[in-house]
Amino acid sequence: MLTIESDKCTACALCETSCAFGAITVQDGCAVVNEFCTLCGACVEKCPVEALHIKIVGKRIQSDIEKYSGIMVFAEYRHGAIAPVSYELLGIGRKLADKRGVKLSVLLPGGNVASFADTLIAAGADTVFIAEHQILEQFREDVYASVLEQVINEQKPEVVLAGATAIGRSVMPYVATALNAGLTADCTGLEIRAKDGMLLQTRPAFGGNIMATIECPHSRPQMATVRPKVMAPAMPDPSRKGEIITVLLREQTLQTKIEVLDSVVCKDDQVNIQEVETLVAGGRGLDSEKGFILIRELASELGGAVAASRAAVDSGWIPYPHQVGQTGKTVSPKLYIACGISGAVQHAVGMQSAEIVVAINTDSSAPIFNIATYGVVGDLYEVLPQLIKRLQEIKR
Amino acid sequence: MNILVCVKQVPDAKDVRLDPVTNTLAREGVESIMNPFDRHALEEAVAIKEQQGGGKVTVITMGPPQAETVLREALACGADEGVLISDRAFAGADTWATSYTLARAVKTLGQFDLILCGKQAIDGDTAQVGPGLACRLRLPFATCVQKTRKISAEAIEVERMMDDGFDVLRLPLPALITVVKDINEPRVASLKGKMKAKKAEIRKLSAADIGASHQCIGLAGSPTQVVRVFSPEPRGDRKIFSGSVAEQVDQLVECLRAHL
Repeated sequence: MLTIESDKCTACALCETSCAFGAITVQDGCAVVNEFCTLCGACVEKCPVEALHIKIVGKRIQSDIEKYSGIMVFAEYRHGAIAPVSYELLGIGRKLADKRGVKLSVLLPGGNVASFADTLIAAGADTVFIAEHQILEQFREDVYASVLEQVINEQKPEVVLAGATAIGRSVMPYVATALNAGLTADCTGLEIRAKDGMLLQTRPAFGGNIMATIECPHSRPQMATVRPKVMAPAMPDPSRKGEIITVLLREQTLQTKIEVLDSVVCKDDQVNIQEVETLVAGGRGLDSEKGFILIRELASELGGAVAASRAAVDSGWIPYPHQVGQTGKTVSPKLYIACGISGAVQHAVGMQSAEIVVAINTDSSAPIFNIATYGVVGDLYEVLPQLIKRLQEIKR
Repeated sequence: MNILVCVKQVPDAKDVRLDPVTNTLAREGVESIMNPFDRHALEEAVAIKEQQGGGKVTVITMGPPQAETVLREALACGADEGVLISDRAFAGADTWATSYTLARAVKTLGQFDLILCGKQAIDGDTAQVGPGLACRLRLPFATCVQKTRKISAEAIEVERMMDDGFDVLRLPLPALITVVKDINEPRVASLKGKMKAKKAEIRKLSAADIGASHQCIGLAGSPTQVVRVFSPEPRGDRKIFSGSVAEQVDQLVECLRAHL
């Protein structure tokens, strides 16, 4: 619980303004905590006189932490291809492994995936664990979880990384729970402390308004899902040498209760908006479905894909898989062009980790301009045709 | 059919903003609401019950005493019973400790044919409690369900959203699913529902009531620990152009050129 040393407290109220939950207030010259406190520690950090402390009593501590070593990446295979995020994970995994002085391994479950092993080694892996079985051709939560559990229990890596994708965010929480391990969702920053192997996991919290760094001091493996497009893949090196190990899957591991009746790739949504470099997004300011003709045109000019705000999806102008934001997808492209999107926090949380944000809006006071790198104040129906034309001119 | 829905009380995101002076979260007038995804889970549960022509929808939430509000809201929207799992000892729980606590509560409450959760809560955005709960209860599960196609006493057929489309899955019951907002349009509470909810008895369960081990709940039971909280770096050289549309487009293209 949060304890407050009343003799140290100067009633400066920095704790009050640092609390996202309204859980601490200054009353009669001293800070007082209420039941909204989630023990996040933001106030402890802010207190200039160290009057606030969080005491943890009876913390669960795993006794065999030292037995865990190495970084492991869970590579995703689906419909004949490896998800691009897997290479990004190998990129960051390589850096972590080198800093810690340990090996980087990758686990690839799938139906027929052995042929990908060399690519994974070229991308940075020292060891590739191939888990092949017909039942793994399609993603089943329970079997995938069992495969991860088996391999992690056998190999005992100190860190396990997966993509913050539909598959990663589904299977990793199940596995972390089964292994009594800590898991941090949707990380945008990862570092490792060389001396004790502590993984410092940074992720946006509270709708991206604050960033939190998270550690798992007393349990292994330290598990994290990583937001696609944030980490850089390593330049492939075909001369790299590595070991390929076929996992002997136990019968028990392959048990499933889930029947996959169909696996539908949506034509319109073939491009996963979380995996592209450029997104052109349309919102309420489009006024009609027709606006997306221009949006598509600009997207194709830039070799990107089309995204949308909730308002555009709710209006039926474009299907839900294109939605960016709190109730849609979180994206981190290099370039995000928001057209006719006001930039309410619900949208902003889904795109503010984009490298460059361009806002095009008639209302110069729209909040989207506060998070934009570049802002164009004007009617998108005038701006977009001119922008497309200029881009075409440059190409020539 | 006995259905359980897990809901969470969260701060309304539209009220949450960064104070430009102190660079901290301004929380004046931040209202608490039912997590938007959970509203869809509740609606789906009530719709399934109606379609099955009977059964019971129980709603549980773990939170401070004030979280009772979201349970009453759920009762007004068609749930039959609300259970509040509340104890100071739960404070600081991460998703591991939360799924432990919820699982203990579920076991205390009895058997359920189907458990529904929202895909994720909008304050933490982890999407980890649903799968974690499925693990603890050893239930087959599917996340990000966008449609329930068929349901019988033995099994449920669902469309599970994937990054490139969707999968159609058949899960034997009992099972757990988490839902996305595409699954339905939540109903608005009726006046009658609101009256009923106002009078309803909310069952309360403490850590002792669910037989929770203190090593597994709250901060002590959480493998993850927040060690630092800070404001994201503001965007560097921000440029809002001015002039005619043509002039602005020229400036934009000039700026973007380096990146294209």
